Amino acid sequence: MKPKPTNNLAEIVNDREAEILNDWIELQRGSVTRRADLISDRDLHADSKNFLAAFRNGVASGELTEINAPTWESAREILGNLSRSRARQGFTPSETATFVFSLKRPLIRTLDKEGVDKEELWNITVLLDQLGLLTTEIFQKSREELIQKQQREVLELSTPVVKLWDGILALPLIGTLDSERTQVVMESLLQSIVDSGAAIAIIDITGVPTVDTLVAQHLMKTIAAARLMGAECIISGIRPQIAATIVHLGVELHTVVTKATLADAFALALKKTDQTIQRGRRKSGQEATYGTDSDS
Amino acid sequence: MERIPILKMGEFLLVSIQVDMHDRLAMTLQEDLTERIVSAHARGVLIDISSLDVVDSFIGRMLGHIAAMSRILDAETVVVGMRPAVAITLVELGLSLPGIRTSLNVEKGMDLLRRARNENSSGPGEASRARTQD
Repeated sequence: MKPKPTNNLAEIVNDREAEILNDWIELQRGSVTRRADLISDRDLHADSKNFLAAFRNGVASGELTEINAPTWESAREILGNLSRSRARQGFTPSETATFVFSLKRPLIRTLDKEGVDKEELWNITVLLDQLGLLTTEIFQKSREELIQKQQREVLELSTPVVKLWDGILALPLIGTLDSERTQVVMESLLQSIVDSGAAIAIIDITGVPTVDTLVAQHLMKTIAAARLMGAECIISGIRPQIAATIVHLGVELHTVVTKATLADAFALALKKTDQTIQRGRRKSGQEATYGTDSDS
Repeated sequence: MERIPILKMGEFLLVSIQVDMHDRLAMTLQEDLTERIVSAHARGVLIDISSLDVVDSFIGRMLGHIAAMSRILDAETVVVGMRPAVAITLVELGLSLPGIRTSLNVEKGMDLLRRARNENSSGPGEASRARTQD
């Protein structure tokens, strides 16, 4: 009993596709959510046409209540791509959803003219509502993915381990140290120690805005772990205010070598590894040479 | 019974732990090692744990004990080759093994032992050491 009117619906949509499409695009153009600055008429036309075609196929399948059915897959896919690309272009979620909702008016007007009964119209409305909500969901999801990706990138960017010299690593820390970052910092530092066979690691905290007891504890953990592996750590880049904070908080740092600047720390590291840097005396292109003293 | 071999290299002892350490094995190693230090007149002990995936709090403490005992017997202990994951775990467990010297690999560990030995022998400890062994 059901397929009869449904097929009828599909036929109507099929026959009047061009008319609905024109009405729809006209409506979208006139609306405030048009965003002519972000999307061209041609793209709008192509998007609308593709979606309407997929919508027609969905209706033709007779499945009018469940948009998760396989017959609606192409429509879902088109909406998915559309939402993602619009999210990137800077559309708001409601502007994206309006793309679907604005189809209601031309579609229902046409169907009404053809004498489709109220129940069918209601089904179509619910269906379009679901599709509109789907765009919002996808929009949200793509935003979340973007945020997660950026978080990961920031995490990776902010924990570089650089090799300063033979056997000397530097770890310039930038930004606040929390537990999660400490874990990443610790792992990358220890791995670099293994890879490069470094004896000394300089942890530079110039870029760390505040040092509280928690941050200090994280630092001590990292240093203890490095020491267990056989590398010594020097903390450098302690600003006067931070030194004051550390003392006021009563943080115990005296088991660790601390230096005010990275240069001081580097000089100490060279001394500890029995290395020297000499300024080139002659005009030759060599600016500096370094030699490793043999172990006595 | 399973035992961990203790190799003598000059005046140093070399222990390479290649199997999973269970508590019994650790105790045996501790006894063997102290006896060996005395009988071989060793001046340094190098323990290589680079093939250990897991070091629990017991083994960690045992390493600390070995180091302390060796020091009483006038031998320096160096633990070498700890893996990053193991180091992180030990630190999270609150065991930073303060009494133990560490090194990245066997070669550097040997360097460290030799240097410690040179520093010691230039100090006043030489004469008293002979007596400790008797």
